[in-house]
Amino acid sequence: MDKNINIKVKVWRQNGPKEKGHFETYTLENISQGSSFLEMLDILNEKLINEGKNPVVFDHDCREGICGMCSLYINGHPHGPDEDITTCQLHMRKFDDGDTIVVEPWRSAGFPIIKDLMVDRTAFDKIIQAGGYVSVNTGGVPDANAIPIPRDKAEAAMDAAACIGCGACVAACKNGSAMLFVSAKVSQLALLPQGRIEAARRAKSMVAKMDELGFGNCTNTGACEAECPKNISISNIARLNREFLKAKFKD
Amino acid sequence: MSWLVKSSIGRKFIMSISGLFLILFLLFHMSMNLVLVFSLDAYDMICRFLGANWYAIVGTLVLAAGFIVHIIYATLLTLQNRKARGNDRYATANKSTATWSSKNMYVLGIAVLAFLVLHMMQFWYKMQFKEIVGDHTAIVEGSLLVVPFFQNPVNVIIYLIAFVALWFHLTHGFWSALQTVGLNNTVWMKRLKVIGNIVATIICAGFAFTAVYLYFAY
Repeated sequence: MDKNINIKVKVWRQNGPKEKGHFETYTLENISQGSSFLEMLDILNEKLINEGKNPVVFDHDCREGICGMCSLYINGHPHGPDEDITTCQLHMRKFDDGDTIVVEPWRSAGFPIIKDLMVDRTAFDKIIQAGGYVSVNTGGVPDANAIPIPRDKAEAAMDAAACIGCGACVAACKNGSAMLFVSAKVSQLALLPQGRIEAARRAKSMVAKMDELGFGNCTNTGACEAECPKNISISNIARLNREFLKAKFKD
Repeated sequence: MSWLVKSSIGRKFIMSISGLFLILFLLFHMSMNLVLVFSLDAYDMICRFLGANWYAIVGTLVLAAGFIVHIIYATLLTLQNRKARGNDRYATANKSTATWSSKNMYVLGIAVLAFLVLHMMQFWYKMQFKEIVGDHTAIVEGSLLVVPFFQNPVNVIIYLIAFVALWFHLTHGFWSALQTVGLNNTVWMKRLKVIGNIVATIICAGFAFTAVYLYFAY
């Protein structure tokens, strides 16, 4: 049964990318366990604004787990202690009366902090721009069923395409590696005939961009897979390694 | 081929190939040790094969190169990964479920390296090295050195501890190496982990059995 709880929230506050950050602890009373985690932060911010203080800055958008905008490293887990959901889908019933909840931003050299809990994830956009697309050249619209695709391939491609690019994989990784993200983006296209044509070039340029942006080297700990809100499998990383090595040895 | 050292996957490829090569060496070394259980004479015969012959020296050099590459790249990758993690660390410990050995491969590697140095001082230096440089005190018949060595329980215990560290290193290392070269998928993931555990157990159990057997048999 949902009840109202009194909690303490220990939040990372940082004024700007170059400033030194620190933790601040806030007390919240009568928070409904039926409210979402982000609603709890909204209540906190309303309280801070009423007290004339600066509200806590955090990323959020769709609040239904598909946009990949929300982040937050809550009590040692990216997207909080619940399984296979994003922070916006996390509810306060996962916490108990008297809990102190520690909220930190994603921490990785590839994701510099903008302010408080908001980090700059444009590195992911740059990786996508490096090759995470299928070039559409001129010509008529092809017939939808003209290219047959085996069911298992289509399913695997769809599973990889479930990645929302939130960056929880990088946040969870002890190496700050973006391999799960890049492998999902390479796999979703490499598995389909339309994406096969540019597969070699895509794998090479996306990995090159990932390295250039300062993400770490994957050591296959599997922490990314455990924390991914969309259950992206690390077998995609094996596929990326395969695609990349195949392309390089062909050169 | 500059991509091998310039790209992250290239560097990891070097790690995995050198690692798989070292696993093959460990399998050979373990099999050779097991000969001690059956016959000291046969073991001495193998030791004579592996003395100062040209093929033994070439083999030793290739093996040393494998170790050096593996260690240098482990250090390089670990330093890069620490940098990629950023300066600010999480205040709350990372609670993500990942196996303990996978998160501590470098530490386990250092433990194995420390043991390797000790082990080479205790055996390789007195056997092959002295033989190559023409020192008369070189011990050609390995059993004369090995059997008395394992009469000391302290030595047995140090070696057993090292085998445990090696076991943890190999349980992650085996499947991880195959994942890195791309030989993995959803179906083979579990199988490779099981095979990795079996390989690690065979290697470490073989080593441990020989050490304990020698302690009790003589």
